Amino acid sequence: MATTTGGGTNTVITDASRGQRLRRLQALQILVLLAVTMTVFGIARPDTFLTVFNIRGIVQNTSIYAVLGVGMTFVIITGGIDLSIGSVLVFSGVVAAKTMDAMGGQGWGTALAGAAVACCCGLGWGLFNGFMIAKAKVPALVVTLGTLSAALGFAQIITKGLDLRSAPQVLVSKVGFGNVVWQIPTLSVIAAVVVVVGIVLLHRTRFGLYTYAVGSNAEAGRRVGLDVDLHLIKVYALAGLLAGFAGILNLAFFQSTTIGGQSNTPLNVIAGVAIGGTSLFGGVGSVFGTVVGLFIPIVLQNGFVQTNVQPFWQQVVVGAVLIAVVYVDQKRRTAAQRGKSPRFSFLKGRTR
Amino acid sequence: MTALLEARGLCKEYGQVQALAGADFEVRAGEVVALIGDNGAGKSTLVRALSGSEPPDSGTIRFNGEPVEISSPTVAQALGIETVFQDLALAPHLDPVQNMFLGREMMRPGVLGRLGFMDVTRMRERSRRAFDDLGATVGDLGGPVGSMSGGQRQGIAVARAAAWASKVIFLDEPTAALGVVQTAHVLDLIRRVSAGGIGVVFISHSMPHVMEVSDRIQVMRRGRRVATFRTSETTMEELVGAMTGAFQQEQGQQQGEA
Ligand SMILES: Nc1ncnc2c1ncn2[C@@H]1O[C@H](COP(=O)(O)OP(=O)(O)OP(=O)(O)O)[C@@H](O)[C@H]1O
Ligand SMILES: [Mg+2]
Repeated sequence: MATTTGGGTNTVITDASRGQRLRRLQALQILVLLAVTMTVFGIARPDTFLTVFNIRGIVQNTSIYAVLGVGMTFVIITGGIDLSIGSVLVFSGVVAAKTMDAMGGQGWGTALAGAAVACCCGLGWGLFNGFMIAKAKVPALVVTLGTLSAALGFAQIITKGLDLRSAPQVLVSKVGFGNVVWQIPTLSVIAAVVVVVGIVLLHRTRFGLYTYAVGSNAEAGRRVGLDVDLHLIKVYALAGLLAGFAGILNLAFFQSTTIGGQSNTPLNVIAGVAIGGTSLFGGVGSVFGTVVGLFIPIVLQNGFVQTNVQPFWQQVVVGAVLIAVVYVDQKRRTAAQRGKSPRFSFLKGRTR
Repeated sequence: MTALLEARGLCKEYGQVQALAGADFEVRAGEVVALIGDNGAGKSTLVRALSGSEPPDSGTIRFNGEPVEISSPTVAQALGIETVFQDLALAPHLDPVQNMFLGREMMRPGVLGRLGFMDVTRMRERSRRAFDDLGATVGDLGGPVGSMSGGQRQGIAVARAAAWASKVIFLDEPTAALGVVQTAHVLDLIRRVSAGGIGVVFISHSMPHVMEVSDRIQVMRRGRRVATFRTSETTMEELVGAMTGAFQQEQGQQQGEA
């Protein structure tokens, strides 16, 4: 830390940022937690858990969540929430499957058209969420709970409740199960690209800065001329777009629209984001932390199956960890509040 | 000399509360106007009205003699009006540099800039100079503002406004949380800024500071201006009298009061 001399007349500034170091420390803690979990399972099942085959499976299973997690991280940093991602994923997958069915063909043309349709569907839902939240001022929890229900409903209406299982050959063999090289799944490489773009967008661009600013103090943003509403719409649109994209990946991987299989998706993704150090109160967070946080439920699920623990325990553990993480975050926030200069809180108390 | 920024008959209601009840105000280029009044007199509301963050319900505003509508902070910024709000309006999770440039980021040249990449190095340099100018003890240029002391935060808010203002700067109790040395710096900055031709509006409850730094003093009471004094021609007693209502100067507008 800087030391101030000369009665405060000198400006002493340190470049090494304490705040950033603190945040990196948090990301490190989750990374350690993940390593410990993997070590425990590795010791319990040395012959099956830490094999290339199993790790590949874990990475592949995390990939779709990671795509969703990037969007969710942006949303949660603004202080919002998006419960609709699982349903938007299903809806987008259904419409894409219908479109590709109608087009026929098993080639790339059909697959890319399907991907475009899925992305547009997701974008549409995201724009709707964002507009209702930012302009109509309906709480994000309510809006996205509504679209969770509505998007799933539409998906069931379109399919009469029966999963569609048709996906072009290339989509399944190249994207769903293919490897780029060796044992590196195409699905995971695609997800990694999304993650890297997300990291750059969040930490290096003005869009990312505004995302933090809106979550930190929206009024302060407004007073320097930020269009807070427009930015919120963009963030929810991004989350929707990624959910739509995840829809086509999901179709490629499961060869099914998984209509009934996504009810836990929002919970798992939100838990991953929170475990990864993004504050549900807004203003703080990182995409990297989210990715690490998302591995934890998947590793638990995988490890429990292998160690003959009922895999349902995973849901219990994730729920408990989610509450614990938010509890710690809340404690940290109130501690920071107490640490403020009393003169300042007095000032604050008088303001408006 | 005509006023640089001039308000006539501003009104603003919050539910039942008449925060501004026909307030007049003016500031000329290069002068320091102190705005004083009891708690709840409407000083901060007037500042918010003239900085575009909460436009008034009615009344007229003129800038350089031309009628203007300061409907948003962007309009105020474009006119060269900057404000240090009483609640500072900083984003606590962002660092001082990010706060300094929020909404006015310097972008990288060329394609990168158009893709949204910021020139962090240049912004850091500029901020460092602005903080040095003020003698603000910022501490950690890369740390979140929320973990800094009230005085440090106030220093950042003042430095930000001073760096961007080209015509008028509002300082709503900018020294309330500052130590003796930093307060002296802010008062010094006020003199320097006004010497550069900028109109400074200084709000404070400290009469000695007001007397020390201002050219004119406008007194507010119950949502309107009740008196204007040349600082050199008034006394502390007169000011207190005007604030408490014992003394009325602007008689013309009393019919509205119950
Ligand atoms: N957002 C608001 N909602 C409701 N009432 C408000 C709001 N802002 C201000 N008021 C009311 O308007 C009146 C004027 O408030 P204002 O903050 O302008 O006073 P002030 O002169 O700045 O006081 P202080 O010296 O305490 O800062 C007060 O009665 C206050 O309660
Ligand atoms: Mg005030």
